[in-house]
Amino acid sequence: MIEIECKDLVKKYGRKTCLNGINLSLENQRIIGLAGPNGSGKTTLIKLIERLLTPTSGEITIHGKRPGKETKGLISYLPDRDFLPDWMRAGELLDFYQTFYDDFDRTKAENLMRQLNIDFSGKLKHMSKGTREKVQLVLCMSRKAEVYLLDEPLAGVDPAARDYIIHTILENYNEDGLVFISTHLITDIEPILDEVVFLKEGKILLHRNADDLRAETGRSIDDYFREVFAC
Amino acid sequence: MRSDACLADQRRIHFMAWEFRNGIPIYLQILDEMKVRIASGALPPGSKIPPVRELAANAGVNPNTMQRALTALEQEGLLYARRTSGRYVTEDAEIMKELRKKLSEKYVGELFTQLTSLGLTRDEIIAEVSGWKTPEKTSQDDQKL
Repeated sequence: MIEIECKDLVKKYGRKTCLNGINLSLENQRIIGLAGPNGSGKTTLIKLIERLLTPTSGEITIHGKRPGKETKGLISYLPDRDFLPDWMRAGELLDFYQTFYDDFDRTKAENLMRQLNIDFSGKLKHMSKGTREKVQLVLCMSRKAEVYLLDEPLAGVDPAARDYIIHTILENYNEDGLVFISTHLITDIEPILDEVVFLKEGKILLHRNADDLRAETGRSIDDYFREVFAC
Repeated sequence: MRSDACLADQRRIHFMAWEFRNGIPIYLQILDEMKVRIASGALPPGSKIPPVRELAANAGVNPNTMQRALTALEQEGLLYARRTSGRYVTEDAEIMKELRKKLSEKYVGELFTQLTSLGLTRDEIIAEVSGWKTPEKTSQDDQKL
């Protein structure tokens, strides 16, 4: 079943064309990676799906619907930067998510935070970057959503934290849904991908099954990425 | 391929996903690793293997990829499924014998390829193999520890 569909999607910022005719179908029960260099349009595409931006032209449908109030509830979105009020305490964040989202599993989130030794009375702004990233991820993955949109969940964190983040995604995502991860840290993420999409200068360069791509190119996806996007 | 999956203790969780070599489809690498574990008895005959999702999380791979590998193992008769209770390692002695034979041939083949590339003849290779002794630990090694 198609969860996300983009038809001739175009996004311009003033005279600059960021996405230049995207045609993409993403099915559920998949973990799909979105890879591309900085500035290729990954975050723009994700924000369009999350309806934080509107298309210049073209169409997006989520679960058959236009992005809007109904679809926001279906999507668990993790932005690429800190998005929660930094004065909030971990315990308050649990209340916050529970209030906003019917599909939030508070017990799961609490357990995950306990495993991380998170102080529930500690404020976000007093946590290290790595810890903040993990907290944000825990909140995102504790929702039983149709679609998980993760924008660069691994950026700027140490290898052990990256392992934890990947493990948490695998352990907690809704298997009936879709996980769409944008990243340029491909080595860490590629073993968990079903499919991968390469985005180059606002257009889809390829969309393949991950193992098939490895078999066809005889390389890891990371190696192939370096070849395709060599400067 | 190295593989470690350990839940060290409740407070510090250490995940080390399996390491995967470039280029070869991951499900094939999983398949090879599982065959070695079955042949060596690390996964004993008749034992139950963990559910797909758990295996996948421990190996750090997508459950669909793990499923693909497990299905292939079922097709080769190395695993069998009991409808409600999960997957088990085969107890069929013939199949195990055949598996060990295939893995042996593979490793011997690799040995021959490598030594031939160093210029050894077949006879020289056989002589090397016959004369092989497992290195003993010397007292020097003990001192290093």
